[in-house]
Amino acid sequence: MNFAATVIGDVSERLTRPETKRMDPSAQYALASAREAWADAGSPEVDPERLGSVVSSGIGGIITTLDGWDTLRERGARRMLPTTVPMLMPNSPTAYISLDFNAQAGAHALVSACASGAEAIGYGVDMIRLGRADVVIAGGTEAVIHPMPLASFAASRTISLRNDDPAGASRPYDVDRDGFVIGEGAAVVILESAEHAAARGARVYAKIAGVGISADAYHITSPEPEGRGQIRAMRFAMEDAGISPRDVVHVNAHATSTKVGDMVEARAIRNLFASEADHIALSATKSMTGHLLGGAGALETLFTVKAVAERKAPPTINVDNPDPELDVPLVRDAPADLPAGDIAAVNNSFGFGGHNVALVVTNA
Amino acid sequence: MAYTEEEVLAGLAEIVAEESGQPASAVVPSASFTDDLDIDSLSMMTIITHAEDKFDVRIPDEDVKNLSTVGDAVSYIAKAQA
Repeated sequence: MNFAATVIGDVSERLTRPETKRMDPSAQYALASAREAWADAGSPEVDPERLGSVVSSGIGGIITTLDGWDTLRERGARRMLPTTVPMLMPNSPTAYISLDFNAQAGAHALVSACASGAEAIGYGVDMIRLGRADVVIAGGTEAVIHPMPLASFAASRTISLRNDDPAGASRPYDVDRDGFVIGEGAAVVILESAEHAAARGARVYAKIAGVGISADAYHITSPEPEGRGQIRAMRFAMEDAGISPRDVVHVNAHATSTKVGDMVEARAIRNLFASEADHIALSATKSMTGHLLGGAGALETLFTVKAVAERKAPPTINVDNPDPELDVPLVRDAPADLPAGDIAAVNNSFGFGGHNVALVVTNA
Repeated sequence: MAYTEEEVLAGLAEIVAEESGQPASAVVPSASFTDDLDIDSLSMMTIITHAEDKFDVRIPDEDVKNLSTVGDAVSYIAKAQA
């Protein structure tokens, strides 16, 4: 395996020893992220029955699963740890967060492959709108850097084989892109009803104003070539937010750096926004982070929130030669300023299985 | 080679400390797994699995329920390996 970048520091340094022993890495990332987000939100006082947790992964605790299988084969059934199942189950991250924060309004883990993190945030918004929670800890996580999942992705011809240049391998919208680069980690946001946030004088970065979800019902891994499902998700999210295409100034693309997927999405944006796509600052942040799979939708929603809050669209690196078919303005090597006044941005997240999630973010 | 009771206590203390987050010095013979060390049944089975591995003994489930203190476990393991 080649690594494009390694993060300095180890998540285990931010957790206790018993926590790291009882949690799959995907749950460790999620819990560490949730604690950071919670502190950043000012550790709000919430009735535990009004606090929810929605944190997803795309794949679940696969490192635990594979380690458990190795233990069974090499050392026998008596050496299996009783913590194996609670570590590998895909609801483990959200369950540990619910335990840690005493979140009793519901603990959920929506699984939709690489759309999971965005769908989790969308579901958290729904919980608040339905009156089931005032505050929701929401996000996505993934830990799959292990030879088995890597070989499986390689077999499906979806990951980059640019092994001689790891840092340049994730290059969405570049003409020489050849697949995605797997990343690991988690992103968690604190969602709060407007009333609850106002009552405690919370600092609000931005609003999740619209949630749009659709399914392609077309193919288990390939996106529908015309991007019809993606268009519906974006349109639903804009309708839900009560905005029109001209309000959208920035899109954080799902763009994983695959030959086919990147352009299906770019064409879907052009088809939906028509001439209004001319003033969209399109960013493909997986060029910098790699693809966190179930964590990606949450990480990119977080980037979209920060882009709206700071009025800066993040760059897309590694684009030496933009795909000639791309006709939406791409933010390349430096951040792009976003306009003053009321603005909206869209985060797109799509997943194997034909899952499409679009979230509209508007300024606070 | 059999472990002495002191060696079993030291080894078990290490396992229990890792699992519980309590300092190894709190893992004394008189300490109760549930009342003093806050070990639940899932953690207890994890400790038993590690102890069986470390001391090369077999601790059947029906015997685990009789091990209420660290001292109980130490004497059980010391005897079982003989």
